[in-house]
Amino acid sequence: MSPPEDRAPLIALRDVWAAYDQSDVLENVSLEVYDRQLVALIGPNGGGKTTLIKLLLGLLTPTRGQVSILGGRVERARAQVGYVPQEIRFDREFPVSAWEVARMGRLGRRGLLRPYTAQDGAIVEEAMERTGSLHLRHRPIGELSGGERQRVYIARALAVQPRILLLDEPLSNVDPEARAIIQALLPELSQQMAIVMSSHDVGAILPHVHRVGYLHQRLLYYGPPQQAPETIRHTFRCPVDMDCEHCPCPVCAGEEHVQEALA
Amino acid sequence: MIEALQFGFMRNALLAGLLVSVACGVVGTLVVLRRIVFLSGGIAHAAYGGIGLGFYLGIDPLLGAIGFSLLAALGMGLVELRARQRADTVIGAMWAIGMASGIILLDLTSGYKADLMSYLFGSILAAPGSYLWWMLGLNLLILALVALFFKELLATSYDETFAITRNVPVEAIHLAMVGLIALAVVMMMRVVGLIMVIALLTMPAAIAVQWVKNVKWAMLLATGLSALFVLAGLWLSYSLNLTSGATIILVAGVAYLLSLALSRLRRASAPRGAPAA
Repeated sequence: MSPPEDRAPLIALRDVWAAYDQSDVLENVSLEVYDRQLVALIGPNGGGKTTLIKLLLGLLTPTRGQVSILGGRVERARAQVGYVPQEIRFDREFPVSAWEVARMGRLGRRGLLRPYTAQDGAIVEEAMERTGSLHLRHRPIGELSGGERQRVYIARALAVQPRILLLDEPLSNVDPEARAIIQALLPELSQQMAIVMSSHDVGAILPHVHRVGYLHQRLLYYGPPQQAPETIRHTFRCPVDMDCEHCPCPVCAGEEHVQEALA
Repeated sequence: MIEALQFGFMRNALLAGLLVSVACGVVGTLVVLRRIVFLSGGIAHAAYGGIGLGFYLGIDPLLGAIGFSLLAALGMGLVELRARQRADTVIGAMWAIGMASGIILLDLTSGYKADLMSYLFGSILAAPGSYLWWMLGLNLLILALVALFFKELLATSYDETFAITRNVPVEAIHLAMVGLIALAVVMMMRVVGLIMVIALLTMPAAIAVQWVKNVKWAMLLATGLSALFVLAGLWLSYSLNLTSGATIILVAGVAYLLSLALSRLRRASAPRGAPAA
C-alpha cells in the first residue's frame, strides 16, 4: 500500500530548472514526495538524478522555480535530511575509523563548541547496528570494501535521525552482500521516513517503490511504477550500465513516443 | 651535545625545537589531510613581507610576520573558497608578491640588517629567550583552537560536502585553518627558515598518517617525530658544523623517504582490504 498523500508533502519542487555553467541539466521539474514514501529516480547517466539530489540538499541553487523541504527553505530543513553520497573521490589513507565517520551524522545536532555526548554515541551505535556495520566500527574507513563503506555512510545518514533520506546510487559499486542488506533495509526505513534514491537499476527493490521518477533533463514520468508506460517499465529491468543498444530507453526509442504514452 | 647544553643559546635552541614541534605536528597533520600543502607554502613565503614590514616600521619583525602572514593566509584562503578554478595560480602570485614586497621594504630600510638570512634559512641558535615565550603563547593558541573545533576540522577535512549538508560553517572553519597555518609558520621560520617551513610542516605529519589510523594519534606522533628531527638535526649540525635549518630538513627528508619505502613494502607484502574502487 502506498502511504497517504493527504498531508503536506515533505518535498515539493515547482517548475524547477537547474544548470551548470549555463547549460540546463534539469528543465521544468515538478514533483511532491510525502512522508513514508519510497521514491526511485531513474534515467540515463547525465539525466539529472544527482543534480536533483543536490537541489534537495541546497548544494546547488535552482536557476528557476522553487524547492521546498518540510514546508520551508532547504538550508534550514536539511538539518533533518540524511544524505548518502555517491562515492567518487576518496582518500584511502585518511586516518579515521568507521565509527568516527558515522558519528559525523551528529554534527548538525551538536553545534560549534559542543562535544558529542553519550546520547550521540547511542544513536550512532543504533544506526550502525541497523546497517549491519557495527562490527566494523574500529576499522579505518579506507580499509573497508565498497559495500562496507556504503553501509557506514548509510549509518552516518541515519545518525542524523532524518525525516527524509536521500541516497545517490546506493546500490552501485557494492558487493552482493551489501546490496542485499541495503535492499532489505530501504523498504523498512521507508515506514519511518521519506526516501528518495537515485539508481540505475531498481530491479529487486521495485515492489517496495511507491513512486518512480524517470529523469532525462525533464521528468518524463513520475508516478507509481505499475502505471509507468511500457517504455519506462522496460528500463526497470535494465542492467546497471544502461546502454541503449541492448536496452533501449524511452529516449533512444524517441522522446515523442514517451510523451504520447504520458498523454 | 651534553657539553653544548652549557651554552644558554643551545638550551634555547632545544626548547625552541621542542615548542615548534607541537605546532608542526598538530597543524601539519591537518594540512596534509586537507591537501593544502601548496597554500601553506604560499603563506610561509608571503610571511617574508611581514619581516620586511617589521624592519621598515622599526617594530619587532615577529609582530610584522604574524600580522602579515595572517592577512596573507586569509586572502589566500578566501581565494581558494571563491575562485576554485584558478585558485592555485592566484595563490602562486600572492606567494611571490608577499616575498617581493618584503625584499623591497628591506631595501627601503636603512641600517644594519644582518639578521635577515636567519628568517629565510633559519637560525635556531640565534633565537632569543623572548622568542620562546612567543612560541609558547602561539602553541597554546593553536592547541586551544584545534581542540575547540576538532570535530568540525575533522569532518570538513574528510568530507566537506557532507559537512555543508550538516550546516557546519565550512568557510569559517577553512579560514580558521589557514589562520592556524599562519601562526605555525611564524613559529617555525626561526627554526628552519621560511623557505623550508613547508617541509618541516608536512613531512612528520605525512609519515604519521602512513602509520597511524586516528587523527589525534597522528598529531601526537607527528609532534614526536618533528621533535626527533629537530633534535637530531641540531646535534648533527653542531657536531659537523653545518647549517642547522637545512640539516633538520634533510634528517626529516631521509626519514620521510624511508617511511614511504617501508609503507610500500608493507602494503606489497600484506595485500588486504578492498580492491581499488
